[in-house]
Amino acid sequence: MARAVSPRRKWSFTVLAWIVALLLFFPILWTILTSFKTEGDAILFPPAFLPPHWTLENFVEVQDRSNYFKHFFNSVVISIGSTLLGLVITVPAAWSMAFSPTKRTKDILMWMLSTKMMPAVGVLVPIYLIFKSLNLLDSLFGLTIILMLINLPIMVWMLYTYFREIPVDILEASRMDGAVLWKEIVYVLLPMAIPGIASTMLLNIILAWNEAFWTLNLTAANAAPLTAFIASYSSPEGLFWAKLSAASTLAIAPILVIGWFSQKQLVRGMTFGAVK
Amino acid sequence: MRLLKTALFLTSISLLALSSAEAATTLTIATVNNGDMIRMQKLTDDFKAKNPDIDLQWVTLEENVLRQKVTTDIATKGGQYDVLTIGTYEVPIWAKNGWLVALDNLGADFKVDDLLPAIRNGLSVDGKLYASPFYGESSYVMYRKDLMEKAGLTMPDSPTWDFIKQAAEKMTDRANGINGICLRGKAGWGENMAFLTAMSNSFGARWFDEKWQPQFDQPEWKNTLQFYVDLMKAAGPSGASSNGFNENLTLFQQGKCGMWIDATVAGSFVTDPKASTVADKVGFALAPNTGLGKNANWLWAWSLAIPAGSQKTEAAEKFIAWATGPAYLDLVASKEGWANVPPGTRTSLYSNPEYTKAAPFAAMTLASINSADPTHPTVKPVPYTGVQFVAIPEFQGLGDTVGKLFSAALAGQSSVDDALKQAQDVATRTMTKGGYIK
Repeated sequence: MARAVSPRRKWSFTVLAWIVALLLFFPILWTILTSFKTEGDAILFPPAFLPPHWTLENFVEVQDRSNYFKHFFNSVVISIGSTLLGLVITVPAAWSMAFSPTKRTKDILMWMLSTKMMPAVGVLVPIYLIFKSLNLLDSLFGLTIILMLINLPIMVWMLYTYFREIPVDILEASRMDGAVLWKEIVYVLLPMAIPGIASTMLLNIILAWNEAFWTLNLTAANAAPLTAFIASYSSPEGLFWAKLSAASTLAIAPILVIGWFSQKQLVRGMTFGAVK
Repeated sequence: MRLLKTALFLTSISLLALSSAEAATTLTIATVNNGDMIRMQKLTDDFKAKNPDIDLQWVTLEENVLRQKVTTDIATKGGQYDVLTIGTYEVPIWAKNGWLVALDNLGADFKVDDLLPAIRNGLSVDGKLYASPFYGESSYVMYRKDLMEKAGLTMPDSPTWDFIKQAAEKMTDRANGINGICLRGKAGWGENMAFLTAMSNSFGARWFDEKWQPQFDQPEWKNTLQFYVDLMKAAGPSGASSNGFNENLTLFQQGKCGMWIDATVAGSFVTDPKASTVADKVGFALAPNTGLGKNANWLWAWSLAIPAGSQKTEAAEKFIAWATGPAYLDLVASKEGWANVPPGTRTSLYSNPEYTKAAPFAAMTLASINSADPTHPTVKPVPYTGVQFVAIPEFQGLGDTVGKLFSAALAGQSSVDDALKQAQDVATRTMTKGGYIK
């Protein structure tokens, strides 16, 4: 029988959780508040928590100077595109590793993860040359491919971990009933794995949305997503903090909303098998 | 099944959206994010009206991000850009590598002889102009006239470092949050090393001798760094080792600095009553010297160049001639006022009475630019060009490393002697590895 938690202890944990949550959220809150300040108010010292003069002029100027919706569209296309393309590859891969493992499966999984340990800049020039040869520079297709590739190990790991929780007996029963491989995956495995696939998709979309190395280096004017949009408001010689904050707020708003509504699935996805 | 269908549908949508139609001639222009460049983007309707067959698309980025992107692109002949915004550091190196197109066809209206000689020299290799300056800058002393008066001193037009030290100590009022002087301390070849290299020139120091031997073990560098650290300890703000241009600008605008030595572009910011609390109290003077014939001011120009990989050279030349020609200055003046024209590129601008009236810092900006000589930056002879940098490809990495060592000395994490010894070691290693030291 579970031990009863005293009200005092419960309250202490609640307060602690709130403090930690506020600390983590504070930079985002500060960015949002600064986006409604004038440039002068943004650099006040001591800083003003709430804007002394609320203004929308930063948002107007940001949209005036840069085409937010074009960058937004590019971000949507590459993050969703890379996620869906990644699923087409990783679902069969994870199925194979989870239900038909070999003695090298663990090594392959570790090797896939090890590719994430290499600094991206180490392969910038070769990738750039390949993209140039294939005419993929500054294209949404090229960016979709590269983002899919860099997130592939994480997708495989997440799906593999989730598939491992599905009883193999059910799949075997479907085989007994005459299901061929693709029917087994599409009609039996996928419906049972929807929560796992959904959380994998959400995490991958967030990772692709926030990716700022390849999206900055492989694009120019046509395929530049919101990361390039933010980078255009930072300057070492000039204070544009309010405008930078407005650009950041616009860039993070969509993913913040998605994250807020899907936090349950995200947390579940990231803790598969944690309490086995 | 529905999930799969939806997935396939969205993938198709994504792939369909992958290309966009292009106009007959579309120039892709890579540029930095600063006030003058942003203003130019807003005024391009004038260019389009004169050149209806040329369309413009912009890639605006923070300068370090931009530098990394365009360097990758030009080194691999990626051809993503038709016009690049680059600085005086890149131009001589890239021109020698054959990465830039010589600007020989900018037309008579461009008036190439009107370019300020110091700026033009910095952007030319073997007498050929490889980039056209959009705006130029040097550095100078910005000071609070009221605090200087209170200290019982008068700032000369060309102060010595001893005078600056004396004034800084007298102006410092820690109880009221006033620091006598604010200087760059943040590590980086374009941050503290831009300032310290220019400062070392005025102390008679140099990065390398004629045989590319590093000179950090010489007394001139010891004098420079020791003076800087002592001055900042006595009269600088706390946490100065993490202060760059923006941090010092904030301090000065809030009335917390008696003096600030930095880029001339700051003149318009600190005298802007909308942003600066001390707008009407700012005076200007040349960067300091030690009487050896060199002032501690640098020279920089953001300039437009055409990469050798561009297939649209003719259209790119038309754009550069428009953006950096004398008519553009008149266009900005007519739309936004004379105070907002890009400074530091043309001699004629400084003889224009309307400009000198609108920009109180104009005379000192011109004097600062003219007193910097990128081809002879130091008291003793050197094998390199560049005032606040050394125009060799290795300098970015080396400058960053030395910048970290000197920033640590300012923060008190190491002694001046240790920082200089490590700088000497790392510079010797880099130059040997690069084949400069045989």
